Amino acid sequence: MSIPIPDTTIVDETPEQGKGVGKLDRLDRRAGALRRTTSSKSASIIAIVLAVLWTIPTFGLLVTSFRPAREIRRTGWWTAFSNPEFTLENYSDALYGSSTDFASYLVNSFVITLPAVIIPITLALLAAYAFAWIDFRGRNILFVAVFALQIVPIQVTLVPLLSQYVNWGIDGSFWPIWLSHSIFALPLAIFLLHNFMKDIPRELVEAARVDGAGHVRIFFTVLMPLLVPAIAAFGIFQFLWVWNDLLVALTFGSARDVAPITVRLAELSGSRGASWHLLPAGAFIAIIVPVIVFLALQRYFVRGLLAGSVKG
Amino acid sequence: MARSTLSVKRRTLAAVAGGAALAIVLTACGGSDDGGGEGDTEAAPVDCAAYEQYGDLEGKTVTVYTTIVDTEADQQQQSYEPFEECTGATIEYEGSKEFEAQLPVRIQSGSAPDIAYIPQPGFLKSLVQDYPDAILPVGDAASENVDTYYTESWRDYGTVDGTLYATPLGANVKSFVWYSPSMFEEAGYEIPTTWDELVALSDQIVEDNPEGDVKPWCAGIGSGEATGWPATDWMEDVVLRTAGPEVYDQWVNHEIPFNDPQIADALASVGSVLKNENYVNGGIGDVSSIATTEFTEGGYPIVDGLCYMHRQASFYQANWSTLDPDLKVAEDGDVFAFYFPGESADAEKPLLGGGEFVVSFADRPEVQAFQAYLTSPEWSNAKATATPQGWLSANKELDKSLLQSPIDQLSYELLTDDSYVFRFDGSDMMPAAVGAGSFWTEMTEWIASNKSDTAVLDAIEASWPTS
Amino acid sequence: MDWLLNPEGTGGKFAVMIVAILLFVVVMGVILLLADLPKRVPNWVIAAVFAGPALLLIGFGLLYPGLKTVRDSFYNRTSTEFVGLDNYVTALTRDEFQIVLRNTAVWVIVVPIVSTFLGLLYAVVVDRSRFEKFAKSLIFLPMAISMVGAGIIWKFMYEYKAANFDQIGLLNQILVWVGLEPQKFLLDAPWNTFFLIVVMIWIQAGFAMTILAAAIRGIPDDIVEAARLDGVSGTRMFRYITVPSIRPALIVVLTTIAIGTLKVFDIVRTMTGGRFETSVVANEFYTQALRQGEKGLGAALAVILFVLVIPIIIYNVRQLRASEDIR
Repeated sequence: MSIPIPDTTIVDETPEQGKGVGKLDRLDRRAGALRRTTSSKSASIIAIVLAVLWTIPTFGLLVTSFRPAREIRRTGWWTAFSNPEFTLENYSDALYGSSTDFASYLVNSFVITLPAVIIPITLALLAAYAFAWIDFRGRNILFVAVFALQIVPIQVTLVPLLSQYVNWGIDGSFWPIWLSHSIFALPLAIFLLHNFMKDIPRELVEAARVDGAGHVRIFFTVLMPLLVPAIAAFGIFQFLWVWNDLLVALTFGSARDVAPITVRLAELSGSRGASWHLLPAGAFIAIIVPVIVFLALQRYFVRGLLAGSVKG
Repeated sequence: MARSTLSVKRRTLAAVAGGAALAIVLTACGGSDDGGGEGDTEAAPVDCAAYEQYGDLEGKTVTVYTTIVDTEADQQQQSYEPFEECTGATIEYEGSKEFEAQLPVRIQSGSAPDIAYIPQPGFLKSLVQDYPDAILPVGDAASENVDTYYTESWRDYGTVDGTLYATPLGANVKSFVWYSPSMFEEAGYEIPTTWDELVALSDQIVEDNPEGDVKPWCAGIGSGEATGWPATDWMEDVVLRTAGPEVYDQWVNHEIPFNDPQIADALASVGSVLKNENYVNGGIGDVSSIATTEFTEGGYPIVDGLCYMHRQASFYQANWSTLDPDLKVAEDGDVFAFYFPGESADAEKPLLGGGEFVVSFADRPEVQAFQAYLTSPEWSNAKATATPQGWLSANKELDKSLLQSPIDQLSYELLTDDSYVFRFDGSDMMPAAVGAGSFWTEMTEWIASNKSDTAVLDAIEASWPTS
Repeated sequence: MDWLLNPEGTGGKFAVMIVAILLFVVVMGVILLLADLPKRVPNWVIAAVFAGPALLLIGFGLLYPGLKTVRDSFYNRTSTEFVGLDNYVTALTRDEFQIVLRNTAVWVIVVPIVSTFLGLLYAVVVDRSRFEKFAKSLIFLPMAISMVGAGIIWKFMYEYKAANFDQIGLLNQILVWVGLEPQKFLLDAPWNTFFLIVVMIWIQAGFAMTILAAAIRGIPDDIVEAARLDGVSGTRMFRYITVPSIRPALIVVLTTIAIGTLKVFDIVRTMTGGRFETSVVANEFYTQALRQGEKGLGAALAVILFVLVIPIIIYNVRQLRASEDIR
């Protein structure tokens, strides 16, 4: 059995690696077969039309974010091309308009997000494994309960949680933010990862068991490598949710020292909304990092569930 | 930062000097808690004589939680700097637009701030009722200041069941109609001084613009979850004028029902403007378009010459400079505001306004000292100096010459002029279920789906909490 | 230990972050190691080790507050006095509530179905086409935008001005170009609810596409090959091979989006504030619980939200049973 840490697995699957090529060929053939399910010309047209439709609103906002306030109110953004009048002022106001350094918000966002992604995914993976592959009494009831708790609105948890954090004396630091994000992510993470895990063929797990592997070894050597795409997919979702969160940060990270970017963006328009013209620029500043992360990670899951093909 | 104890001058003079010096100090030390300042001008001394009463608060910290964010928050923090310098205390400021939702959460969790700025007396009342042990009565020093520097009515807004819980902070004036002086001049229109003249002017404008593209009025009441509040301001202003301040007080305190005939008359008057297809909604569309137009943008058609008048508070001036920094907001400029006229020019003139209030959740000496400072003329003057536009307080000793924008000066004049009768924004005083609930939603429906006057008033009356 | 709570500067913050992650890894590692040491451990011990930490956190952070909410829903606004079912009566008998319920139902049916359909369509047609990566990134882009940001974007799209003025909203400009009257998209009920729903679909389609694309890749080769040899292709391949093969993933996606939709309130709040008959239960809950300080009424609305999710739970339990039987 190869060394099962996820990193190597990923490397294994990049096309440059000798081992990956054979797999890819096979996948290409199969994908070709699937693609022929619809005639590819009309498919391409649908794809292009949808992609354009999907992007127009964001594109409009991007153009708007470079226009002076007066022009925004007077004419539509599409007229900006025939009569170009652009400014960088919205961006400089959004970035440097506050007494607090924008970079420190960015740092806080990173510091908040990383543990708030790693911790819940790890815990959820372990729990999902228990629900999928360990037989114990009350398993289904517990699983359904966890699943159902997704619906608890975060707002009702604020007071009970914050009271505890105050008791423990950790309010206003990063710790309650990490802890809270982890808690709120768990039900959905367990539900999604459990569904991926349960699809893994029983024979694989049984074979390892026959080899004398315990649960811990099976989890790390058999399941983890197969779950890399699922983990990457959920990882990026969790990243986006945490990165875009305002409520948790506002409630538990009250102090300016730990406030993430969203807190700054929420106040961009000023107390009475008078600086509404900064919102488009602010929205763009906020999505730059998630988009970079997405583009960097997408090959792990957009390029497909390569590991999943072991099933075939 | 050097501390100085120059010879004691006359109180106001010292404050002015302190204020002027402050402007330089600000560049020197920037934001107080994060040291974000970049200038390296030499620190100028602040006259600390007026601050000696607060004692030495070296190493003490006061946390402040407010609704005020962004540049206005920076200006707030700048106004604390003389206090911080002279007493050695540190003010930890935090502003959030989710303040109303977050403050109760913090109170219940045992992590209330030392000081909070409450934007509505109605919210203050419900906080005192819901968390009687958390909010503390105002300390002696601050309470005396309120008696000295503010009128009786401002003390009343902060009083719940006979106890003073909150001291006044900033103020704004809402009885304003924004217009373009140059457009008025061009068309030969005079500023109306009575309600009848206002209606006559509106009719004149309709007559002068037969194509119907240009209308006398423009409005917008969109404001996210608070959509509808500008319409409630309209209504309150008109109740003050048609029914008078006494009836207004009874209405706000629910001593007369919300659907009282006198209130119905007022609503009908508002309707004669806001629901008059000939009068609205300049530059945007028909009556119902008022409901989906953001209030921040409601007056903008004036700049394009598509509408002549927009009723909105003094703080709307910030929106003009957002639209175009070159717009001159002055009596002889591009836009300015005139007093929303009453029944007659000579009688008592009602003035609608609003403001924030300071409450404390801790009685440590530094917290009490800071609250007292916020009620002092020193603070009001420091704040005026730090704020280029869009701020005033009702402090009698505020040095008017420090107010930097013409509309702030006009607001302060009206606020301190005895011929004007001030009343606080009614929806801010009513219980949240009405003042931040049904009043907003029903006024929105009144405009959006042409709900009838009676149905609107009956629905609001029915929603008034029983207890 | 003060530096752990109040880190100084950027370096300090990152240091605390790394400490937190390491601490977590070490603790989990030790627990797992201990569980693996003995030869024969009962299953429930292993299960407790694997699921325990997560369940503990969920119990502390979700179950306890959830139960407290159920209790609060029978108490008055400050949770000091038992009022029985009063809050539920108030919530359910208010005039607007019928409309709120109707809207919530429309949201929770339309959003998951349309988003999943579009996501699936995209996952299938773009699969392996030359511009796949780029096209998928574009569809995914809205996922990276916060709900509030999405609200801002679409408010610009729906902006209304009467026909005789310059349009600044794209959709109304298009209507004007083709010679139609501009519409007040956000004002005119009941269609305005659908225009708000469009925003949620715009966001969620990327989620559906990502998961479903992964699932399609996971369809075993032999099934596809076999079907192809049998001459199955085109829409029949899609209907009889693709869809059944990814059925579990479809259910996961539908369920997740449905629950997310029930909870969403930011879109409604930023775009219409719940006016013009567009409010949903989650928005009412937020307004009552956090803005009006009506703790009891807010709690009752949260419980109603929970009741609405029960059918989804039951459906998933059935699916769970079915898949257990197969295994």
